[in-house]
Amino acid sequence: MNPTEYEYLRKFLKDNSGLDLSADKQYLIESRLLPLARKAGLSGIGELVQKLQGGARTVITDVVEAMTTNETFFFRDKVPFDHFRDHIMPEIIKARAAKRSIRIWCAAGSTGQEPYSLAMCLKDMSAALTGWRIEIIATDLSQEVLEKAKSGIYSQFEVQRGLPIQMLMKYFKQTGETWQVNPELRAMIQHRQLNLLHDFAQLGTFDVIFCRNVLIYFDQDTKINIFNRLARQIEPDGFLVLGAAETVVGLTDTFRPIPERRGLYKPNDPRAAAAKPAFAAAAPRLAVMAGR
Amino acid sequence: MKTCLVVDDSSIVRKVARRIVEALGFQVIEAEDGVEALVHCKKAMPEAILLDWNMPVMDGFQFLGTLRRMPGGDEPMVVFCTTETGIDHITKAMGGGANEYIMKPFDKDIVMAKFQEVGLIALDEQTAA
Repeated sequence: MNPTEYEYLRKFLKDNSGLDLSADKQYLIESRLLPLARKAGLSGIGELVQKLQGGARTVITDVVEAMTTNETFFFRDKVPFDHFRDHIMPEIIKARAAKRSIRIWCAAGSTGQEPYSLAMCLKDMSAALTGWRIEIIATDLSQEVLEKAKSGIYSQFEVQRGLPIQMLMKYFKQTGETWQVNPELRAMIQHRQLNLLHDFAQLGTFDVIFCRNVLIYFDQDTKINIFNRLARQIEPDGFLVLGAAETVVGLTDTFRPIPERRGLYKPNDPRAAAAKPAFAAAAPRLAVMAGR
Repeated sequence: MKTCLVVDDSSIVRKVARRIVEALGFQVIEAEDGVEALVHCKKAMPEAILLDWNMPVMDGFQFLGTLRRMPGGDEPMVVFCTTETGIDHITKAMGGGANEYIMKPFDKDIVMAKFQEVGLIALDEQTAA
């Protein structure tokens, strides 16, 4: 690929997808577009660029799709799912042994990778969950995104981001160029449109809430407001899971971080949380000094 | 430093793969086909092998079978990296002793995720890389 072709592709991608490639991403373009060019019976990137310049519509779509990196992927960040399997679920299974029912909410379910990853985790531990009623509710703001999540259909690129090949073989069916999540797994998830800024009390209470990488887009007051409302939808012994760059610390007393388990939070007793600021305001220093 | 053997008959793919794997902290050796790859493995077993399927002289699947029967041949983590994307090929590869499977086209994220999956790189290196 010569510099002119690279510059053309850079500008093309910026204009068509918003993708902003730096000057040194030739390898990325080569690794993604060369196979595409070959598949289309073209000699290489040069000929592909000619097709784009000629305005070939299908090629334009293919190039944009091949180049657009997906923000979310299966088992994103891995650690939260290890926590889910090794820490959250064993605790919940013990605590709900009599009730035999679990409710999980993916509050930023996006295109479905997160809820399906959770469903796969649960399937893998199905021996411990025989006869249990499991509900996974995945919500997202965008109807379009929800439709994609509901279909459970993913491109070859998407199923390779974070999804072990054994999981792909076990839980997906190949249809031509795409892969679809098995019906059994799809049936585990309810998809609903929801704006986190609006009331979500109607969803009921949950044992586990995954709310990852969405609060970063909100300002501080909105975050606090959402945390406070999330606290009302979570069981007292439930778990809140946040994204790697998110925390409740310094924002709210409704949740507390679990030490040594990054991204995991427990709700505080609402009465204690409500009482604490009042107490502190009444006689903060005096109380401490009187106790000495 | 860990070594990764990149086996592919396309010099462009080898070049792309080399850049990605080197960025993940591996020393890279290249081979154009299965026979050449076996010569490298006899000299010193690499920790990782990124393996194409369709190659002249000896294809990736034949290579894998021979490798796994060699002394110490069970040690390398073998990640297929091929345009063969059918479930039949994937099943055959995994049954034949492969550790992971990449369907071309691939990029750094995919290689990184797969290397992580088989324990070739630690999770922390994902965020660091």
